[in-house]
Amino acid sequence: MSLTVIKSRIGREIIRDRVAITSNYAAAYAAKDAEVDVVAAYPITPQTPAVEKMAEFIANGELSAEYIPVESEHSALSALIGASAAGARVFTATSSQGLLYMFELLYIASGLRLPIVMGLATRAVSAPISIHGDYQDFAATRDSGWVIMIASSAQEVYDSIIMAYRIAEDNRVLLPVMVSYDGFLMSHTTEPVELYDADTIRGFAPKRLNRPILDSSKPITMGAMAVPEWYYEIKYQLIEAMHNSMGVIREVHDAFNRTFSRNYRLVEGYMLDDADYAVIAYGGIWGNVKRAVNEARKRGIKAGALRLRLFRPFPTDELIEMISDMKTVAVIDRAVSPGAAIEGPVAMEVATALHSRGLSTPVVSVVHGLGQRTVYSRDVAKLIKIINDSQPWDLTKSTMYMGVREYGNEG
Amino acid sequence: MAMKVKLAKSFFDITREEYLAPGHTACPACGALLTARLVLKAAGPDVIVVNPTGCLEVTTTIYPYTAWGVPYIHVAFENAGAVASGIEAAIKSLNKNGSLKRNTKVLVIAGDGGTYDIGLQALSGMLERGHGVLYVLYDNEAYMNTGIQRSGGTPKFARTTTMPAGTVIRGKIEKKKDIMSIVMAHHIPYAATANVAFPIDLVNKVRKALSYLNEGPAFIHVLAPCPPGWGFSDEKMIEIARLATETGYFPLYEWDRDRLIINPPSDMYMDKRLRKSLREFVKAQSRWSHVTDEEIKGLEKDIDDFLNYLWRLSMGSGVPTPYA
Ligand SMILES: Cc1ncc(C[n+]2csc(CCOP(=O)(O)OP(=O)(O)O)c2C)c(N)n1
Repeated sequence: MSLTVIKSRIGREIIRDRVAITSNYAAAYAAKDAEVDVVAAYPITPQTPAVEKMAEFIANGELSAEYIPVESEHSALSALIGASAAGARVFTATSSQGLLYMFELLYIASGLRLPIVMGLATRAVSAPISIHGDYQDFAATRDSGWVIMIASSAQEVYDSIIMAYRIAEDNRVLLPVMVSYDGFLMSHTTEPVELYDADTIRGFAPKRLNRPILDSSKPITMGAMAVPEWYYEIKYQLIEAMHNSMGVIREVHDAFNRTFSRNYRLVEGYMLDDADYAVIAYGGIWGNVKRAVNEARKRGIKAGALRLRLFRPFPTDELIEMISDMKTVAVIDRAVSPGAAIEGPVAMEVATALHSRGLSTPVVSVVHGLGQRTVYSRDVAKLIKIINDSQPWDLTKSTMYMGVREYGNEG
Repeated sequence: MAMKVKLAKSFFDITREEYLAPGHTACPACGALLTARLVLKAAGPDVIVVNPTGCLEVTTTIYPYTAWGVPYIHVAFENAGAVASGIEAAIKSLNKNGSLKRNTKVLVIAGDGGTYDIGLQALSGMLERGHGVLYVLYDNEAYMNTGIQRSGGTPKFARTTTMPAGTVIRGKIEKKKDIMSIVMAHHIPYAATANVAFPIDLVNKVRKALSYLNEGPAFIHVLAPCPPGWGFSDEKMIEIARLATETGYFPLYEWDRDRLIINPPSDMYMDKRLRKSLREFVKAQSRWSHVTDEEIKGLEKDIDDFLNYLWRLSMGSGVPTPYA
């Protein structure tokens, strides 16, 4: 497929090209520009075009990497674990059942402290089978020890993956990083993306820093067996690395913003300064949420919105700073934890974050958009109105399922 | 034919260097450990070993110790083929872009469960894609690490904890899976069987296999008896392993670029009259203590059939077997 090259608006030297691509392609371009050494690929909708694009780059000699067209996602991540352990910079992407099929290896990749970077085009999980976008797969990775970023534009997918290599390979971190983006809504939507100059990327995320690898001149054993006397301490090191990653992620964001003239923060606010209510969201619905806030403002409701760019480690401090004054916060999740006290996975995180800082702001858990049911900005506007019209603690008692048809009321 | 490889004629042609330290926790006379030790003597030290979950892994890598004198990685039970594929690809890639300057060989050393069953898909993928990896299967004919459960490599009638010999069911109902034929069907350059009781043959097969890795994968299926799993005392290990070949139960042969060659001494045992009685092998192990003479006859028939199959393959390959 050929690319539409749009003339660059800004003549900054670090911008190599301005192209119209999807988030899937943005992920592939980022991995290519990060000059990965090994790619393992297995197709699954809606991620497939990402690995197809990687295959094309390699087939055309645009990227000199080894390409492993594996026989399953389980093998995709296994192969990358091997390649990363042997010192290579690696990439793959997946979705839904593919991610769940990798599940065992997610924990092994982080446990072995391997700086693997993976794209996740988020999707609903079977059964019933749905190839469409929501965040159920993403939610399942919460405890896997991966750094988990959430992008909400194709540019951000590209930028986050470049940042991801520098975060993952930092010796204070050495953890795998997942960069997620909405299946279809982003993975298949064409947007303008500015690609950067190769030397600048190389300088920003240099390859092959000093980390333990499988090298026959200095033999080490990886993946040893830990008895009860040792497992806990080794696991604790991973927890520390996750804590350390927060500082590194902040540093990398600052460096990225400086190098590439961007303005990324771990948590992005919209009209929050004088707001009474905050709607918290993540991923591709951000535009709709902002629009709903505009709508609410027109009606005189002081609403604001907030977007999370990071799920693990959870950006508690940044979040609290922005929402501590709110009367109520509502979290829109596109995934669910059936039977939990608060059934939205990110809503739980927000409630926990507030509680951990001694705050008792009511958190309204809202689930919407499962299996890619369309989330309209009018739905979010309605949500803001409900919050404005209700006693907040009445709304926190049960999760709000927006957009779901009730039984016997299908018409 | 294979590239010129230096073949060992006696133990003096095998290095005294040890790459697997004696400080491990395996049972005495463990066939898996002996396999690994011999394979490393033949292949080391410029190797990276991938080992799926199993006895070999848990007995050699108890943190903070390790028995491995070469780089070693354990990832999971079912993915050794895929992990090795990734390492091989990384070595290629890093050599290509100049950041690595050594052609380190990638070895898998895997149990029967990790090969015949749960690991079969990853193995098949690796073979099909043609990664230059030597995959060594140490076959102790059951899941020994979890306490002797049935695997696809467990022979018929053998007793395991998941297929006990009861009053109705006589141990494992099915025949042992023919893993070599599955591997050969991938038409890789080299595959062979070996037996810890024939160490020089084993070492030479490893050397030969390594010489093929620039063309694609190689596979060696090693019979590695397990004293507690099979039910015999430690000092009998080699004797029983040898009987497996002498009775035709575990024939030694090679698949060398699409030609099947039956190796000595198994070529001689193609003649049924020269084989030792299977009964001797079966009755020496408690996993078969319930087996009747009638059932042994059935097992013997299976061996005849299998050796005939091998014989036909070797004739078809145009390599006459000296003994008929
Ligand atoms: C997915 C998964 N299922 C089950 C296990 C439990 N398990 C660990 S080792 C093993 C058996 C290993 O058997 P084999 O490959 O024959 O090697 P051996 O122990 O005989 O050396 C099993 C079932 C596991 N580790 N992973």
